Amino acid sequence: MKDRWLSVFALSAVVVIGLIFFVIVGDVLSRGAVSLSWDFLVELPERAGREGGILSVLVSTLLILSICISVTVVIGMGCAVYLSDAVASKPGFHKWVERSLDLLSGMPSILFGLFGNAFFCKTLGLGFSILSGGLTLACMALPLFIRTSQLGLQMVPVEYRHSAEALGLSRWTRIRVIVLPVALPSLLAGLALSIGRALAETAALIFTSGYVSRMPENLLDSGRALSVHIYDLSMNIPGGDVNAYRSACVLLVVILLVNLGVSFGATRVVR
Amino acid sequence: MSLQKSDRLVDVYLLVCAVLSTAIVVFIVLFVAWEASGSFVDPGVLSFVMDPSWHPTYSSYNLLPMLVGTLVIAAGALVVAAPLGLLSAIYLQFYCQGWLRSLVYRVLGLLAGVPSVVFGLWGLTVLVPKIAVIQQPGASVLAGIVILSMMVLPTMALSADAVLSQVSSELLLAAKGLGFSKFGLVFSVAIPSAKAGLATGFVLQLGRALGETMAVLMVTGNVVQFPNSLFDPVRVLTSNVALEMAYAMEGHRSALFFTGLILVVLIYALVFLSNRYFGGTHEG
Repeated sequence: MKDRWLSVFALSAVVVIGLIFFVIVGDVLSRGAVSLSWDFLVELPERAGREGGILSVLVSTLLILSICISVTVVIGMGCAVYLSDAVASKPGFHKWVERSLDLLSGMPSILFGLFGNAFFCKTLGLGFSILSGGLTLACMALPLFIRTSQLGLQMVPVEYRHSAEALGLSRWTRIRVIVLPVALPSLLAGLALSIGRALAETAALIFTSGYVSRMPENLLDSGRALSVHIYDLSMNIPGGDVNAYRSACVLLVVILLVNLGVSFGATRVVR
Repeated sequence: MSLQKSDRLVDVYLLVCAVLSTAIVVFIVLFVAWEASGSFVDPGVLSFVMDPSWHPTYSSYNLLPMLVGTLVIAAGALVVAAPLGLLSAIYLQFYCQGWLRSLVYRVLGLLAGVPSVVFGLWGLTVLVPKIAVIQQPGASVLAGIVILSMMVLPTMALSADAVLSQVSSELLLAAKGLGFSKFGLVFSVAIPSAKAGLATGFVLQLGRALGETMAVLMVTGNVVQFPNSLFDPVRVLTSNVALEMAYAMEGHRSALFFTGLILVVLIYALVFLSNRYFGGTHEG
């Protein structure tokens, strides 16, 4: 009898999750996609975004994202390789690195916003800019990227390492020719997850990359990310709902595709 | 370049990356603390609890209503999401196999990736009007709890699932051999042996709920007050920072950084305590 109830409750919990997913995604896609057209993607926003499209917003988003991703990959890959491959003779330091990455990934996004505003915008004098926003996001995406790539790097068989060392390959050659190619799928998964995280972020960007919805001219211009655009349209602009839903639809489709790519990629690697 | 020299360069590069990644979290906390330290002079730490209200333009900085709002909404979300997350994990581990299982995983993964601003938009335009039908104004503690629990639910389920999957299969087989019913298997064997990991997972999600900004900001109405009922609008600490940071100066700005510091201390204290009492499993 108890077994019966448990199975009913457990099943209904899963059904609730499924419902949440289909209601939210369904609502956003149906409301947004109905009136979505190509023009929306290639026109500039007008009347504070109520009319027109999101071209400048997309450009800003892409610029912020590219800064975030390049910094994350350059530093994150180094750290991940360090943790999984290089001198394993300092376990104490390893533990510190891992612990601080855990803390970093538990830090609320608004803190990254505060820090980015104080450090990148004010102290470094970058102001409200695409550069500040991208660097702030990089701090945020870093732990996720490192964690995910590390999983793949650690799976590189230790025999490979021994044979490479026996052949007298330098560490650099070994990492470049053997370790990174073998771990490539999980590096790509880490990359995709970081892109998803960065695209989804709003709170850290509002006061680092700012609100300006003009077409950015260089990286020191303020630029409005897609998520900030959705927030601004729905909260601050009366009559902005329609375009808010269109933008949300665009954002959601991109993020769902990125995440689906990760999970398909992951299952292929497991096979 | 000689072999040794290139290797040394690589070593330096890797070490620099590792040190940088480690330093970021320390740097953030120190920097926010430094910016917040101004509030010891202006407006003074006592004003965060003693001032009559939160009216920065009149130099009045009472944070207590927002602190209470934050705690109520995060705790509410946890109370709703924890049982659902645990039940879903039980379903995944004990009742479901094959394609259905991978479908559920996929849905959980995708739901966890939905941006908070999209949850907020949906809450603002669909959920809030529905609550307003029951009682005005709709933007309320209740809306915050519902949206936030939806947001933490997938990660909660995934982390509970990861912990339950670590329960030793020998233990489960032995229990089965002893003739345990499924209910007994789950509640007398699996959950007790996974207790610590489950608790850690819940605490981490509580931390996420405390720190969530956009979705809560968009559905709770943002009136600074102690909520008297589930239908009252309320403002949480994170929303307050997001709303006022753009124009905050001097004492007001320090007060907002102080708010950030409170949040980070609160969340790290939770993590520390859960590691202390439940051991250091960092799942989810």
